[in-house]
Amino acid sequence: MKHLLGIEGMTFDDIQAILATAEEMHEVQQRPIKKLPTLRGRTVVNLFFEDSTRTRSSFELAAKWLSADAINVAAKGSSASKGESMRDTLTTLDAMGIDAIVMRHAGSGSVAQAAGWVKASMINAGDGTHEHPTQALLDAHAMLRNFRANDLGTLEGKEVVIVGDLLHSRVVRSNALLLPQLGAHVTLVAPPTLLPPGVGAWNVDVSHDLDAVLPGADVVMMLRVQRERMLGGFFPSEREYTIRYGLTAQRLQKLKPHAVIAHPGPLNRGLEISSAAADSARSIVLDQVSAGVAVRMSVLYHLLAA
Amino acid sequence: MTDFIISGPEFADGTRRDLFISGGLLVDERPHGAETINADGLMALPGLVDLHTHLREPGREDAETVESGSLAAARGGFTCVHAMANTQPVTDTAENAEHIADLGRAAGHVQVVPIGAITKGLAGRELAELGLMHQSRAGVRVFSDDGMCVMDSALMRRAFEWVKPFDGVLAQHAQDAGLAGPGACCHEGELSGRLGLAGWPPVAESVIIARDAQLAEATRSRLHVCHVTTAEGVDVIRWAKTRGINVTAEATPHHLYLTTSEVIGYDTVYKVNPPLRTDEHVEAIRAALADGTIDIVGTDHAPHAPQDKDHAFADARPGMLGLEQALSVVMETMLSTGRLDWAGVVDRMSAAPARIGRTTGQGRPLAVGEPANLVLVDPARRAAVDRNASASLSRNNPYHGRDLPDPVELTMWRGRVTHRR
Repeated sequence: MKHLLGIEGMTFDDIQAILATAEEMHEVQQRPIKKLPTLRGRTVVNLFFEDSTRTRSSFELAAKWLSADAINVAAKGSSASKGESMRDTLTTLDAMGIDAIVMRHAGSGSVAQAAGWVKASMINAGDGTHEHPTQALLDAHAMLRNFRANDLGTLEGKEVVIVGDLLHSRVVRSNALLLPQLGAHVTLVAPPTLLPPGVGAWNVDVSHDLDAVLPGADVVMMLRVQRERMLGGFFPSEREYTIRYGLTAQRLQKLKPHAVIAHPGPLNRGLEISSAAADSARSIVLDQVSAGVAVRMSVLYHLLAA
Repeated sequence: MTDFIISGPEFADGTRRDLFISGGLLVDERPHGAETINADGLMALPGLVDLHTHLREPGREDAETVESGSLAAARGGFTCVHAMANTQPVTDTAENAEHIADLGRAAGHVQVVPIGAITKGLAGRELAELGLMHQSRAGVRVFSDDGMCVMDSALMRRAFEWVKPFDGVLAQHAQDAGLAGPGACCHEGELSGRLGLAGWPPVAESVIIARDAQLAEATRSRLHVCHVTTAEGVDVIRWAKTRGINVTAEATPHHLYLTTSEVIGYDTVYKVNPPLRTDEHVEAIRAALADGTIDIVGTDHAPHAPQDKDHAFADARPGMLGLEQALSVVMETMLSTGRLDWAGVVDRMSAAPARIGRTTGQGRPLAVGEPANLVLVDPARRAAVDRNASASLSRNNPYHGRDLPDPVELTMWRGRVTHRR
């Protein structure tokens, strides 16, 4: 693999290899001394055109624990506002002789465009409302670890319910492409206003009724709903959204005994997810965060060392 | 001024005869001392007329100038282009309109007719000086906020009323700003959902066409719909014409030829507003152009400098070149498919646009006494399009590398050769 642009474009073997190596990296994470010499002398640039705390620090730790030199470039509002084209920003960094660029940008497809302009490996850390492949990989990794720890097997035959603002979510696109390849069945739940057009053609089921699908779920993944979307008429009020689509304390009661709750963060407590759900023993939210570093170490390893 | 004899061309009606040109006019007697142009195997058509061209001057002379854009027009077989108002400054005063007409005259490649803005600064709030632009030397008759839709229904109504006494026409960029906001950059459908690009639904076009058609009916004024891209829009125009409403409509070459699947690789050359649509819509546009529901082809030639395109798809400027390949694309999509004959092509690309713009001396038949505005085309020649072999200053050519008809041999405007292969 030269680039990681999305789950789309990855082969099944690529996916398996990254998940397998992530397991090894996970073990490294548990050691008191975490540093591996694998990427010594290699340079990774985190180029974030959009704000990010968890994804950027996760990639930074992943690079550092593999002994790569990592620098962060906060390019928020850079290109257009400075009159520089996105292409110039990318080719300028690339000319410094770096090995990989981890990029986040509000424009869908921007990382794929960048891959056509630079020599470095491009890693998609979230492009607009298109894909966030490392998030989906880390979600799968966290789920797999949880199932294994509870003797529940793999993702084969599992029911994953993804709920929230799916129209504006890059996480759902990557997960809808990844999880079915790993044997899971995915059901998307959202109000009609927050579903992507053409979702009927995806390899998933779609429902508007959260209560109907919750009892069958092995994993419930709640996605963030931005309050500002209310202004665009996407939902009438926070209250109505929460009552119809939120994972409230009452809805927790409908879950199967071993069902877990995932959320890529940041959480809007009280809107899409109640504190009762976020803090319950079912929550794997922090496991997802920890899986993030392992998966990103694995990705860097496969792109730069393998 | 050189006189010409064009020997042996075939005409759109299938007849064949020599053309004699003297003093810039078609004459009935063979002129003495004239240059003979051999047109064996070529067709002679009236010069093409574009009702929708962006020349970018004044303001963005790095992307296009009146000189470069009108030369590109001549190379595409045009003898007249209408220059859209979204320059910097906007063409919203008589002085600005005259300036563009003067630049066109100085360049001397085609007749450059300025289009005036409907609203000041294209801001959609107050009427521009429509009447003063009309009575200026520029003689503006077509008004458009193209790039922006005039959303205020009352203002649109007043504009219809204001231009009626001088037979003006409002050319609307039909895009409901709520249904397709500034971020909308991809036909709304399965592909936009998968690519994560903000969708531009067909209904955002058709609701504005319906509103404007009814305003045109109520005011008995003239509406021209720019770049129709949807089956829904075509349906509304067909309904309006059946009612006898004074509405005309336009299709671009790119919406006749390219589909939304071009944006899969996020190549910003294919970012255009309104966006490329699906096969079903392309089929509806071709059928409407064939049956006359859509009256004309307008290029929406929209040059952009690299720094305006080298951004994320959502951030890049919309628009693509069109003047040099317009006839090629119409031949490929309409003529070789049997949907239009040559007379139909001449109507949609020359006679009808001149009629809508009330553009004197353009779009006329090749008859004695008419201005010698014509194009000689080789109907059989094809070539791969090379974006670098262009008179335009910009390179956002969506046809680059595609094998297409390459017809234009010679263009003549008012008896002067403005392009020769």
